[in-house]
Parts: sequence; C-alpha cells; structure tokens
Amino acid sequence: MITFLLNGEIVTVDAQPSDTLLMHLRETFHKIGTKEGCNEGDCGACSIIISDNMGVARVANSCILLMPQIHKKAIRTVEGISSPSRELHPIQASMIKHHGSQCGFCTPGFITTLAAAHKNGEEDFENQIAGNLCRCTGYGPIIKSAVEASGKPVPAWMNENLELIQNVPSLSNKPNSIQAFSEYYLKNPSSVIIAGGTDIALDINKKLKTIENPIFLDDCKELTEITVNEKYLKIGAASTISTLLMVMRDHHPHFAEMLCRYGSIQIRNSATIGGNIANGSPIGDCSPALIALNAILKLRQGSNVRNVPIEDFFIDYGIQDLKEGEFIEEILIPRQSDDLRCYKISKRFDQDISALNGCFNIKISEGKVSSCRIAFGGMSSTPKRAYQVESALHGEPWNLQNLQRASHKIGLDYSPLSDVRASSAYRLKVAQNMLTKVFYENSGIKTNIRNALV
Amino acid sequence: MTIGTSQIHDSAELHVTGRALYTDDISLPSDALHLTFGLASIAHGSIKTLDLGQVKASRGVVAVLTSSDLKYANDTSPSTHDEPLLSDGKIHYFGQPIFIVIAESHLLSRKAAKKAKISYATYKPILTIEDALNAKSYFEKGPRQYSKGNAQAAVERAQFQLEDSFVVGGQEHFYLEGQVAFAIPQDDTGMVVLSSSQHPTEVQHKVAEALGVEMNQVRVEIRRMGGAFGGKESQGNALAVACAVAAQITKKPCKMRYDRDDDMIITGKRHDFNISYNVGFNKLGRILGITFQHFVRCGWSQDLSLPVADRAMLHADNAYNLTNVDITSHRLRTNTQSNTAFRGFGGPQGIIGIERALDHIAHFLNLDPLDIRKQNFYKSYPIKKSNSTKTNWNAETTPYGMEVTDSITSELVEKLLDTSNYSLRRKDIIKWNEQNPLIKKGIALSPVKFGISFTLSHLNQAGALVHVYKDGSIYINHGGTEMGQGLLTKTAQIAAEIFGVSLSKIKISATDTAKIPNTSATAASSGTDLNGMAIAVACNKIKKRIERFLLDAEDTTPDQIEFRDNSVFIDTKNIKFSEAIALAYEKRIALSATGFYATPELSWDRKAGKGRPFYYFSYGAAVTEVTLDKLTGENRILRADILHDCGLSLNPALDMGQIEGGYVQGAGWLTMEELVWDKEGALQTHAPSTYKIPCASDRPETLNINLWDAKNRSETIYRSKAVGEPPLILGISAWLALSDAVAACGKYYPHLNAPATPEQILFSIQRAESGF
Repeated sequence: MITFLLNGEIVTVDAQPSDTLLMHLRETFHKIGTKEGCNEGDCGACSIIISDNMGVARVANSCILLMPQIHKKAIRTVEGISSPSRELHPIQASMIKHHGSQCGFCTPGFITTLAAAHKNGEEDFENQIAGNLCRCTGYGPIIKSAVEASGKPVPAWMNENLELIQNVPSLSNKPNSIQAFSEYYLKNPSSVIIAGGTDIALDINKKLKTIENPIFLDDCKELTEITVNEKYLKIGAASTISTLLMVMRDHHPHFAEMLCRYGSIQIRNSATIGGNIANGSPIGDCSPALIALNAILKLRQGSNVRNVPIEDFFIDYGIQDLKEGEFIEEILIPRQSDDLRCYKISKRFDQDISALNGCFNIKISEGKVSSCRIAFGGMSSTPKRAYQVESALHGEPWNLQNLQRASHKIGLDYSPLSDVRASSAYRLKVAQNMLTKVFYENSGIKTNIRNALV
Repeated sequence: MTIGTSQIHDSAELHVTGRALYTDDISLPSDALHLTFGLASIAHGSIKTLDLGQVKASRGVVAVLTSSDLKYANDTSPSTHDEPLLSDGKIHYFGQPIFIVIAESHLLSRKAAKKAKISYATYKPILTIEDALNAKSYFEKGPRQYSKGNAQAAVERAQFQLEDSFVVGGQEHFYLEGQVAFAIPQDDTGMVVLSSSQHPTEVQHKVAEALGVEMNQVRVEIRRMGGAFGGKESQGNALAVACAVAAQITKKPCKMRYDRDDDMIITGKRHDFNISYNVGFNKLGRILGITFQHFVRCGWSQDLSLPVADRAMLHADNAYNLTNVDITSHRLRTNTQSNTAFRGFGGPQGIIGIERALDHIAHFLNLDPLDIRKQNFYKSYPIKKSNSTKTNWNAETTPYGMEVTDSITSELVEKLLDTSNYSLRRKDIIKWNEQNPLIKKGIALSPVKFGISFTLSHLNQAGALVHVYKDGSIYINHGGTEMGQGLLTKTAQIAAEIFGVSLSKIKISATDTAKIPNTSATAASSGTDLNGMAIAVACNKIKKRIERFLLDAEDTTPDQIEFRDNSVFIDTKNIKFSEAIALAYEKRIALSATGFYATPELSWDRKAGKGRPFYYFSYGAAVTEVTLDKLTGENRILRADILHDCGLSLNPALDMGQIEGGYVQGAGWLTMEELVWDKEGALQTHAPSTYKIPCASDRPETLNINLWDAKNRSETIYRSKAVGEPPLILGISAWLALSDAVAACGKYYPHLNAPATPEQILFSIQRAESGF
C-alpha cells in the first residue's frame, strides 16, 4: 500500500511497483487536471510538485514517477494549486490576465511548474519551464505571467504537513542505508535499481515492461551525500542532477552550464548522477565531463569496495564494469584547477539529447599543453576519450595551428554513426571544430551565441 | 462594447485550475472498454499470416477486430474512400492499423496489441519523393499546372536567369492532447461520439458509414480540443470510427486514445515538398518570368493532399505580382503516413518557394533582398478620397486570375521597416559580421498574403442556433470547434455585442452535430468569419423580433431603439434586457433562431486554375534577426518584429496570441523540427525525445507584435480578418535570416534547405565558403 499526501490530504492506494503516479492520479483519484501529453517525461503536461520531509518542493513528471517513489511524500497537483475554496494562486491569476493559455492542455503543467518555482523563489523562468512544451502560445504570455506572479506571497495552502504521515511504515523494497541496500542487492542481484527512474519508466511506459522486484533508492539519504576534501569532490551516486549542478557551479562552471541543459528541471530533480553513468548510455551528459575530469567510481558489492576510473567503466555498448550485486556508491572527482570546457550539440538548445557532447580538460603551462583529457559522448558506442587527439596535443605549444592539426585525428579516435540526431559527417566536423572553439574561448573570445552578443 | 476588446479566453480559469474537461477527462461508465490499434511493421506489402491468438488471450482483452469484422464501410478517408480503417490485407505504410484490441483498460489493450504475430510479403517501399517520381507514383494521374502569361519565354528573354531546387521538410502537429474519441451506444441504433475533432460532421459521416446507419443516428460532440493545428481535421476519424464500431459490436461504451508514439507513427503530418524554380529577372531584381515545380509527398492515401497541393500553388505568388508564371504540382503517393492539413494547408510551402527565389536573386545581384521584394510587391489599391469617382486603376491579378484589390503590403512593410529599424540594424549586422569570425548574424523581412476561404467553395458555409431564455440569458451554438484559438470567445463577443449585454450573459456550448448540421471543418482560418457571421444572423433575427414587438408596444420608429448596457433603450426610456425578454416571452415572441451564412462572391474553377477562390487576403510581415555559430551551426532567433493584418480585430489579445504562437510554430518548422524515417520507412522521430518543437528559450529574445488596424475591405464580421494560419508563414523570415547569416560566411549562395538544423546550417556554411 502506498500512502501519500495528495493536495494536503492523506490517501492510501494499492499499487503495483510499475504503476505510474499519473495513471493513479487520473484513474484512481480522478485528478484529471494532470494531463498525459507524451508519457515519457518530455512535455511536462503531467507535472506535479513532490515534497519530501526535507521540506523541498520539486517539480516532477508524474508519468515517469513510480508509485513506490511517492510513498510518504506529498504530491500537489494543479487542483491543489488553488485553495480548497477555489481561491487562485498568483500564477493562476496572472496566467488568466496575460492570456497564458490557449488550448489549455499544457496549462496545468505550466501552473504546477511555475508554482514550484514561485515557492522556491526561482526567477530564471526560461530555464524553469524548459521542460514544459506549449504548441499554442509561443511562451511569451507564460513568461510574462510568471514575472508578474514572482515575489507575491506563497499562499498558505501550498505548505505541506508531512508530519501527518511520518509514522506510516516504510516499504520493504526501499532501503534506507547503504548497508541495507548493499545487503539486499547482493541477495537479489536480479533486482532493478530505481534511483530517479527517469529511464526505467520509459521501459514501462513505452516498451510495456513490468519491472520485477525493483529496489527504490529514494529513502537512502546516505547515497546523496556530498563531501569535499583536499583530494576529491565526493558525490553520492543517488545525488540528483539538480544537486550536481549546484555543486559544479563552484568548481567547474562550464560543466554546470551544460548540466542546465540536461533534460528539464523535472528530469534534473529526479535523475541521478549514478543512474546516468550506470545505464551506460553513449549519449549521457555527465560521463564525458567526468572522464575529462579523471573521475573515479567507487563501486560496492556487499562489503567489498573497489575504485574504477570512470573511463574504464564503459566496456562496450550496454556493457559496464559492474559485477553481480555491485553498484556505484560514489563518484570521486579529483580536485584541480578549472580548465574544463563542455560543449553539447543538439537540435534544440534546451531539453534535448546530445547529438554529440565534447568535454575538454586541457592544462597549459608555459605556453605548452601540460596535460590533456578530452572525451566525447555521441561519437562511439560508449563515452570515450580522444586518445589520438590528446597525444597529438600533449607537450605541444598551445596555438591554433597545433589544435587544428590535432583535431584532424578525431577520425582516428571515432567513427560515429548517423542517426536521427545527426549524421556521422556532422559529428566528426563539429568534434573537430570544438577544438577551435576551446582555443578561441581560452583566448577570451566568446563563441557562444547565447552569451556573446554584446 | 465587447467587440474589439481583449476579452480573456472563455475557458482561461478552467485551464489554469485544471478543471477544463477534454475528451479523455470525461468520467467513464463503469463498463467502458478501451481500444488500441495493432500496427504494421513494414511499409509496403501484404499480410501473409495474422496470428492474434496471444492478443486474444492477453489479460483483460474482450475482443479483437480485423477488417473482416467490419460489416459496413471500412474507410476513414475524408475525400475518396481510399483509406481503410483496418488493413484489407495490403500494407501501405509502416504504422498502418491492422487490428483493434478491445480491452478492460487502456494499458491492457496496449499490452495486448504488442502480442500479435504477423508475417508479411514485402514489396519495395516508395518512401521518398525521388522514389515516387521514379515509380511514377502519382495521385490524379499526373501533375497539375496553373499558368499565366508565357513563363518559359519570359525567363529566357530576361537579362538574368537562376535555377535551383531545395527541400522543405514536413512537420508534426504535436498537439499536446493526442487523438482521442469515445463512443456511447444508445438504446436504439444511435451512437453518441465524443471526438477530439475539428470536423464533427465528418466524424458523424464516417461513423454512420461504418455503422451502416444514416447520419441522423449519430451525434458527435466536442467541447474543446487540446490543440489541433489541422491535425484533427481528418486524423481523428479512425479513432471515432473504431470506437463506434467496437461499441456497436460489444454494446458497451468504447474509448480510444493514442499513446504519443502511436499518434506520431499513425497520423499524417505537414506535406514535405521539394521545390524547384527557374526565374528570369532584370538588374533591379524585378521578376519577369518564373516557373515552379512542386514535388509534394502525400503519403499513402489521398486524404486532403489535393487541396493542400492546390493551396500551395495558389500561394506561389505570395505578395508578388508575377506576370509570367507557371506552377506545376506533382502529388506523389508514397508508403509513408498520409500527410494532411497543417496550419497553412500548403500555403506556407507555396510561399517559401518564391521567398527563396527572391533571396537567391538578391544574392546574385548583391542587393538587399528587401529591395528585390519591394520591386515585386502587388501594388496597393488607391484609397478613395471622399466620394470621388472611381479611379482609373486596373487591378493586378494573381497567377490564377483573381484581382488583387486589397493589397496593403507596401504600406504595411514600410511601417514595419520603420518600427523595426531595419536599415540601421542591417548596417550594424554587416559591420558585426566583418568583425566577428565565429559568430554571424543575419536579418530578413518576409511578407505574407494569404487567401481566405476554403478552396472547395461549397465548404464556405456555416450554421448557428441561438436561444434566448426567458430570464434574459443567452445560449449560443454553432458548427465551429474550439481548439484554443478562442473561437467560442469571439462568437460569444459577437452575440453580446448584438444584444448589448455583458459577455457573462452568453453561455458557450459544445459543438454538437445535433444542434448544427452539415458543418464544415473549423479550418482554413475561417472559423470566426463563417460561424461568427452565422451567429450574427441568428442573433439579429431574434433582435429584430424583439425590436418589432417593442416598437409595436411603444409606437415609435426603429432608429430610436438601441440594445446596450444590458438594457434596451427606446427613445428616451429604457428597460432591462431581461425585462424586455420576459415581456417578449409573455407576448409569445419566438426567442430562438437559426443563422446561416455562405461566403459571397466566390467562383473557382479548380481544374482550369482560374477564378476567385478567396473572399479576401490577409496580410502581414515580419523582420527577424538571428545569429549562428559558425563552428557548430547552432543558431537562435534574437529578435522578431511583426506587423499583422487582422482587419478590425474582434479581440486583439486573442489575435496577438495567434500571431505569436503561429510565428514560433512556423520558425520551429523551418529550424529545429525534423522528421526522420529509416530505410524501411519507419518514422524514427516518433516522440518529443527525438522530435523537437520550440521550447521557451527558442522564442525570440525580443518580440514586438503590432496589429495593422484597418478594416477589412470585404464585408466580414465587424470587418475583421481571419488570423489562424497566416502568421505561421511569418516564420519564413527566420529561415531567410539564417540564410543571410550563412551567406556572410562566404561568397557563394548558401542553398539552404529546411529545416535549418545546426547540421543543415553547418553544411550550408561549407557551400557558402566553397561553392559546393
């Protein structure tokens, strides 16, 4: 049985582990304001606000939230954004005033997303709503509405009282410590680990798979710890991309900038760094940067722990260096000066999957390349270093000529595929050009069309 | 006064609170069943064996239907009975429905549908335009041609000639609410169908055919759609018919909605075109002769492809007077989704052809493309001063012989150039491009002249039904459907205006074939023009009856009676509207009326390509500035300035909403929205994870929209103009601005295709640099 707060009221429902929250909202609770637009977390029409006992209100896609993930949490749907007596929330009032809805189907998702932003005091609205698609308005009136509502007081009915359900027993498949998780997983190695679930849920919704015996990690707070010491930034594997983004702002801002384009805020609030690495996708956005930063994965199998450089973790397409019952516990990023440059290319700037993703960690001393780690996603069957390019640069004087000469080695490092996102020829050409970009940017010349136009 | 004011959308509060009901939101009876189509996994061939044993055995399955279970018509086509609901054994595209699963839940029906075992005899599919040309795979047996003057000779005679061809991709509608329908069998042979459709009468017609009943047995209702954009003009037929047939067989309510991936795999999209042109011009860029070839990928069935391709031909001139012109249109049948209506209905594809040719000419002559455009605009009709006699002025004519008597392009463009500061910005951009090796900018203006009316002339009719209840409240019905555009708000404004009452007195109704028969699709931007007029006719009938009754009672003259401020003013007296109605009721005055409107002055010979297919034209223009990254081809829109003609706007806020949304949708079509099929004919971009529509950060950083506030010269409802489709075409300015920015990377013409994805731009930069 799953117990949670739905718009402030305690509800309990019998649900299968593979059931999505969206299905139950619409079919069990008849909260029909929450819409199904794509059933894969890309359109935002099903956005709801989820709050846990840490007191944080996060917007998430209910179509890819599985019922066990919301156990003992508070869910607020569009119906709970206005008061029980139908008093409007400031964002609702301003959306009406500024003609922010046309067909209205995406509107509940925008309302919940912007109500979460409003509650959290976020004002970078373009970023906040990048995960909400609208096909009618062109977005201008929605942004205008958000601007007008910002700063107005958060209505009292938006507060969640999680104490109401704090004594509800936890679920047996939701371990609450690393030890409990590792023991459980060692005994049940065929279990599917669900951290954010943003990828697994697609198997459920689109491939119509039933996930047998899943383990949910959202109660395992130890796995989300972040520690910084002299040698490493240590990131708990279940840290969300939103958390990673905040950490990277201080250490590797270019990485943070790219993470701003990782999915949408809904996805970043759910997806985890460990999940992004462990699923081994050749187009995951974290791995190339982590390879360039020479990150190390701390893997755990029961009480056995081993460290593996992330670049060795990816063996081939869909094959990672993970033993039975083993999982990623922590990502260790060596402390270093920040020389990281990250470039993500996609058809759409926000909320798109990389056609390719190049990360460059090139250190220069006395005019020469003293160390050089370059990694790409989208260029081969796994995220991979550009060894030939690196060796062509290593020790060489830092100039455009040398860079462009080295860039011609890209074709030796990679033979990318052509697919829906880009052709092989484009991927190779842009990968080469990225080196030119690094040079110009290191010379202080802006090359980014988003911030170079003044 | 409500006309001309920015009334909020009638459902705005319902939208923002989540209370607005869409078809999938309506509470189901407990015995309702759910449908899913089983789809073909080849593009061309026939079914050898169809094993549905595991489908039938799957949990929750009630029945499985194939074409042999359909007792009556197996057809969903809006045009020519060539579109079976379920495959008759032949497979025409990857994703064609073969069988229907009827199950206890949506999810169980989806799961069951995956379990079919089907073997096929496969044939080589005709997928691309080239494939279709090689196979001579045509609709209408061959190309269609509209001509004026002698284009070929004029091209040859001209001082300069240019010839090129380019690709314009299709576009997925991506209405946020997917296709959905719900059928409830009645106690007799009747069927009630709730359908997310722009065309309830078509749904009624196709359902009746499939059930083997007359149309009066079928009632179709739609309160609102969650977006449509043309994608629900005919593409909803399949779901409605499937539900009705399943409901007839099971005697239970049946609902069907497509999962998004199924929706994108099954339904048709905007037609993709290859367009070639051969143009002759003088040194000023005046076009002396031009020939166009449109190669139109129609997909597997005819659907609405012929009128779409016609409209493309009818917009090959856009806002330009072409004296010698020849347009040839090849309507090609392919083994892909059956392309369909999409906002603009071929018009955007027709227009982008001439805009591309003008851009090419300007590059060749090394002149500002704007100056080339100005050389070619249709001239404006001189505004008559006072009652002077008719000026000595001969109208220019379109390639199909219609006089252009309402052109405002020149003055509209002049005003826009001024407010957008075009000249200065163009100079700044040239300077920027000289100074910046990696980031280039571009700017372009493009106009639109869009013909308003269905080109199938008989569709230009509409009906309305208005009731005034004895308490003075008013209920309006018409055949137009609400898909977000605000049609129901505008028609309510019209009723409120005529009766002089507050908008809150007007109750808007769902569109219902039992209330209004024989409706046309809410399409061709004509929703308000047609239904607004029909509502006005009905309201005025009732108003006249009330007037007559009051005048009789007061013994006064008609010019002294006025309906306003929720009152009726007669001479110096006034009574509340509700009191006047109560009195009229007591005096047994009929307080209900129908209204009917048929657009006047149309005469169109489609075969000859001559006549007046349009009642009038809507105009507009946009200036767009873009930037691109020369190393990656990434790009963005920096600023757009739009001046658009809505006649006398009925509701400026709603019209601005159409303009802004249309522009962004048009820019999306030509930049990031890319449809990709694999070699087997399977659509690869079948979800928003792979098909990218614009999101918030893609809209122009600065967007200035103004309305050209002058009355329609034709007698439309309150002299307003249609606004649904034309602004989409302004997105072409973004594509042209990208071409301009690419051209700054080298000395050769970029030969940009659409969509201008980063990849397309990078390769077009290489063409600009190297000439190939």
